[in-house]
Amino acid sequence: MKLYEYEAKELFKAYGIPVPDAEVVRTPEEAEAAARRLGSVVLKAQVLVAGRGKAGGIKFAHTPEEARKIAEELLGSEIKGERVNSLLVSKLVDIRRELFLSIIVDRALGAPVFLTSSEGGVDIEELAARAPEKIVRVPVDPLTGLKGFHVRRLVKGVGLAKEQAKQFSKMASALYKLFIDYDCELAEINPLAIDENGNLVAVDAKVIIDDNALFRRPEFKGREERELSEFEALAKKEGFSYVELDGNIGIIGNGAGLTMATMDTVYLYGGKPANFLDIGGGARAELVEKAASILLRHPKVEVIFVNVLGGITRCDEVARGLVRALEKHGAGKKIVVRMMGTNEEEGKRILAEAGIYAYDSMEEAAKKAVELAGWR
Amino acid sequence: MAILVDEKTRILVQGITGREGTFHTKAMLDYGSKIVAGVTPGKGGQEVHGVPVYDSIAEALDSHPEINTSIVFVPARFAPDAVFEALDAGLKTIVVITEHIPVHDSMKFIRYARLLGSRIIGPNCPGVISPGKSKVGIMPGHIFSEGIVGIVSRSGTLTYEIAHAITRAGLGQSTAVGIGGDPITGLNFIDVLEMFRKDDQTEAVVIIGEIGGDMEERAAKYIRETGYEKPVVAYIAGRTAPPGKRMGHAGAIISMGTGGADSKIRAFEKSGVAVAKRPSEVAELLMKALRR
Repeated sequence: MKLYEYEAKELFKAYGIPVPDAEVVRTPEEAEAAARRLGSVVLKAQVLVAGRGKAGGIKFAHTPEEARKIAEELLGSEIKGERVNSLLVSKLVDIRRELFLSIIVDRALGAPVFLTSSEGGVDIEELAARAPEKIVRVPVDPLTGLKGFHVRRLVKGVGLAKEQAKQFSKMASALYKLFIDYDCELAEINPLAIDENGNLVAVDAKVIIDDNALFRRPEFKGREERELSEFEALAKKEGFSYVELDGNIGIIGNGAGLTMATMDTVYLYGGKPANFLDIGGGARAELVEKAASILLRHPKVEVIFVNVLGGITRCDEVARGLVRALEKHGAGKKIVVRMMGTNEEEGKRILAEAGIYAYDSMEEAAKKAVELAGWR
Repeated sequence: MAILVDEKTRILVQGITGREGTFHTKAMLDYGSKIVAGVTPGKGGQEVHGVPVYDSIAEALDSHPEINTSIVFVPARFAPDAVFEALDAGLKTIVVITEHIPVHDSMKFIRYARLLGSRIIGPNCPGVISPGKSKVGIMPGHIFSEGIVGIVSRSGTLTYEIAHAITRAGLGQSTAVGIGGDPITGLNFIDVLEMFRKDDQTEAVVIIGEIGGDMEERAAKYIRETGYEKPVVAYIAGRTAPPGKRMGHAGAIISMGTGGADSKIRAFEKSGVAVAKRPSEVAELLMKALRR
């Protein structure tokens, strides 16, 4: 789950990481009042999509009136398809130098890794591609945790001395503690600014929490759904993995890899999937019915392509669920089924009774779905 | 020969009294796997399909010192504890089926396993099968047949799909290893490629990868730089996945500009690995590579 910048900064504050004085606002009047108190400000759209700066979501204001005008424009607008409901009005920092400091879960190492550089404010991926030697990487053993020598390596890598080194060390330790306490996949300060007084301040904040660890953080309950579209939220409630795509073929598969392969095969034959829906392993008829019903009610879906490889999932259960969903919501939609594996014969018999032919080959079925959806 | 599991594998089932544990204990026994004990804290003294249940691994080992492999069905919140218990008990092969384990927990037990010289397969995996010898997992056994192709995969059902085609082509499998769909797994492609390299029974290897991370790129580099002797065929799921979206598996996500399918496919092709466009093409490419 991604946190909004203002939420991440609340965590930063709680962990003693300095952030600029700021207020979250939801109306132009609030923006004006905040700017009156703070002076020159930057107004930052609170959205979860990346790249909001380039998309016009960050603007400067030097008077309260200016802040109000910008807030009027930004609030309610869309940034890369995401509606802006709130702004962070943040006191303008006189930035003399920019660094960055980030902790990621490194997949290859299987450990937290600090990334830092004296070149901050840039896109880290872009810097990693252009000048990887400018990024200092310090892995931390997940069993023993952060030690003094890790921090000393970071400080030396980023080239700070004296008071600034002290502030940076404190920040790195605090960020690591937050990263561990909140089961983060990412905790990032970019840019990490040095202001006119030589003090370090976190000008931006990015925190992503592992969805699988949210049970340890009940305060976030319900918040993870805000990243989702209507149908994604509906599917998530039933425990499906679901992703919205832009075609007209609804895809249901069992298992992430098989469902992805089904999606790829539809594209390969010239069709476009409307979605990706993985029912997981061992789904019973009720669950299959729910999955099919979600897609049957989806306005963009014209053809449903179900690809099931029975293992712990039984083909007869899948067939029963599909037939029930079609009876209730099937009007006007076409369905293509491929099934193989556990209880395949029974599954095919149930489908045949309902007038549905089930394919053996995933590719043949994909071709049929693409044809029915009008792509060939 | 086969790798990781064989006739000598003696299995402990952790979480044996749960729904999944009970169901798959039966399925593994039916396949012929040698399950000697189960563990569920507080349920010691029971039997599940004739397998004795103990409260702890220490107690199970007292009565069954031959146990050399564990399979974990324990729910995500309690699974890390179960894995640490298995590691502390000195077990060297631990298959973690459980999905949704927090990645910070996985990082720790995987690191601990490395320090102890134990191997963790998973988490979030279908397990391992050496057809005709032993199945330590949840895959449908009848799809597999004893043979010469080693399979290593980040996926479950997609592995069954491809294994089925390999069986039908008459090639069969030496061992199929599901390393898991999480961002951090105990074994990676290179670990398993290395095992297949030394295995006499394995004449060709299939890698089933997917979007997310750079494990495929690393495997391709390993194949190229070490002059891998056996033919390798790959399939990558998620060629058409949008960036920034998790495609079912926790690890299947194109993020921060890395993890896309194109880079993986290019890396394999550069290493002389044939990459299938459709799952069924894997068996065709294998036949060609093996000149059958």
